[in-house]
Amino acid sequence: MTEIAETPSAPMPSLSTRFEIVPIVLFAAFAAAPLLAAYSGAEGYVLSLLTRVMIFGIAAMALDLILGYGALVSFGHAAFLGLGGYAVGILASHGIEDALVQIPVALAASALFALVTGAISLRTKGVYFIMITLAFGQMLYFLATSLAAYGGDDGMTLSSRSLLAGTGVLKNDFTFYWVCLLCLLGAYAFSRSVVASRFGRVLRGTRENSIRMEAIGFQPFRFQLAAYVLSGMLAGLAGCLLANQAEFVSPAFMTWQRSGELIFMVVLGGLGSLHGAVIGAAAFLLLEEFLPEILHSLSFFLSEEARSHLAENWKMVFGPLLILIVLFVRGGIMGLLRRPHHG
Amino acid sequence: MAEPLLELRNLRKAYGALVVTDDVSLSVRPGELHAIIGPNGAGKTTLIHQISGTLASNSGSVLFGGEDVTQLSMPQRVRRGLARSFQITSILPGFSALENVALAVQARSGSSFRLFGQASQEKALNEPAMECLAQVNLAARAHVPAGLLSHGEKRQLELAIGLATAPRLLLLDEPLAGTGHEESQRVVETLRRLKERLTIVLIEHDMDAVFSLADRVSVLVYGRVIATDTPARIRENPEVRAAYLGEEEMV
Repeated sequence: MTEIAETPSAPMPSLSTRFEIVPIVLFAAFAAAPLLAAYSGAEGYVLSLLTRVMIFGIAAMALDLILGYGALVSFGHAAFLGLGGYAVGILASHGIEDALVQIPVALAASALFALVTGAISLRTKGVYFIMITLAFGQMLYFLATSLAAYGGDDGMTLSSRSLLAGTGVLKNDFTFYWVCLLCLLGAYAFSRSVVASRFGRVLRGTRENSIRMEAIGFQPFRFQLAAYVLSGMLAGLAGCLLANQAEFVSPAFMTWQRSGELIFMVVLGGLGSLHGAVIGAAAFLLLEEFLPEILHSLSFFLSEEARSHLAENWKMVFGPLLILIVLFVRGGIMGLLRRPHHG
Repeated sequence: MAEPLLELRNLRKAYGALVVTDDVSLSVRPGELHAIIGPNGAGKTTLIHQISGTLASNSGSVLFGGEDVTQLSMPQRVRRGLARSFQITSILPGFSALENVALAVQARSGSSFRLFGQASQEKALNEPAMECLAQVNLAARAHVPAGLLSHGEKRQLELAIGLATAPRLLLLDEPLAGTGHEESQRVVETLRRLKERLTIVLIEHDMDAVFSLADRVSVLVYGRVIATDTPARIRENPEVRAAYLGEEEMV
C-alpha cells in the first residue's frame, strides 16, 4: 500500500485542464476584436456591443459561481447589477466621479446586501430559495423606482463616464473596452482560483451532498453565504461597468426579467465552468442583437411583408430557440464543445 | 471501570403519539465495539440520528467524553470526534475517492475559507487521506470517481471518510447493508482491524457479523433497550429471544 500512498500527486487528468483551450480562444477573441472592429466600418457599434457582452459575461460568471458550483438558484442577481450601477450614478450625482471610489463603494454595498439577504435566503432551500431571492431583488427594484431624487422610474443619465484616478481615460471607447476585458479576465482568474481552492471544494461538496458535508464537520451555510457574498460583489462590479457603458442607470437594471436572463445565460453556456457563462452571455446578447437580421435573410422565400413581420417579431423565435437549446443540448454550449472529446 | 466515552441518558424521541426512542440509557466504554440490534422498526436509525445530531431529541441527554453535547449540531459533534456513516450510502459521487476522504481531512486541518491554492494538490490533505483509503483497502481506487465505485467499495469509502475525521468514536449505521457475501466479508475484516484502535457503535442486521465483532450488544425493541450484555449472554437471554429472536432464527 505504501508505494501507492506515495504517488497521489501525479497530475490527474481533470476536466478543467483538458478543456483549457476554450477559455484561451474565448479571451483571445475578445482581445482581437477591437483590432478587427477598426476595419468593420462600424467600430463604435461593435465595441459597445462587445463591451456589453463582457460586462454581462462577468455578471453571468458571478451567478455561475453559486449556481454552477453551489446549486444555489438566485433569481435576484440583477439586484447586484443595479446596486453597482446606482453606486456609480448616485456618487456621480454628488460629484464623486472617480471609479477608484465608486467601485469599492459598489463592492461594499453589494457585499452588505448579499450578506444580509443571503443570511436570510440561505435558510431556505430549493424553490423557496428561488422565490426569496426574487423577492429581495424586487424589493430593491421598487426601492430604485421610488428614489425620486435619483430619477425614480426613469433612471438617470450620467454626465460622463467615471474618472480613473482623476483622469478621463475611460471616456475613450477603446480604453473602456480594455478595462472591461481586464475586469473580465481578473474576475475569471479569481473565480477559477476560488472553485479549485479549499473553499471551492467545500462549496462543490455541498452541492453534491450537504448531509455528507455536515457529517464530516462542515457547516454548509457559512460557505454558501460566503460564496453568495463573493458572487454578489462580482455582479456589483459588472453593474459599475454597465452604468459606465450605458452612461445611464435605471431600475430596469434590476428587473426580475434581467435576473432570469442571467440564469438563462449561465444555463445556455453550460453550468459550472465559468467561461461557459461568458460564452452563454455572448450567445444570448448576440442572438438578441442579430436574430432579426438573421431571420430576415433566412426567410428569403417568403413575401417581403412576411419577412419584415418575422423580423419584427423575432422574440417569437428567440424564446423557443433558447428553450430548444437548453432542452436538447445537455450542458449548454460547453456541452457541445466537450462532446467531440468524448467521442 | 473506565469513564464511558458515550453516554445516553433517558433519551426520548416521539413523533406525535408514536414514541420511537423511549427512555434509552446506554453507555459505551472506550475501546469497545458496541452493537445495537433490534427488529425492523425498533428505532435503531433514529437513535443513531439522535446520537450524531441529525435529529433533535425531545428529552434526555447525550454525553460524549463527559461533555453534554445534546444541544450541539452534527458538525460540532463531528469536530469533537463523533463521526458517523449512513445506512444509505452517502458520498460525493462526482468527487474522486481520494477527494472524498481529503475533504474530511480538510475539515479538521486549517481553515477552509482559503480562496487560493489548489486544494486537490495539497499534500498535507492527500497523504492522510491516502492512508485512510489504504486502511480500508481502497488505495488502488483513489482516483476513481466515487460514483463509479461498486456498492461494497462505496461502503468501504464511507468508512474511510469516517476515519479521516479522526474520530474518537465511530457510529456505523448498517455498514453491511446491501453488500454481497464477499463484499461484506471485506467490510467485516476492515471493521475487525478498526476496532483495535477505535470505539465503535455498530447497528447491523447481519447477526453473524454482530456476534463475531461485538464486545457488547444492546437490544432495542420498540424504542426501548431491553438488554445490554456480552454477545454470549444476549444469545441466552430469554427476554431477547422472546421479543426479538422469536420471529427470526437465532444464530
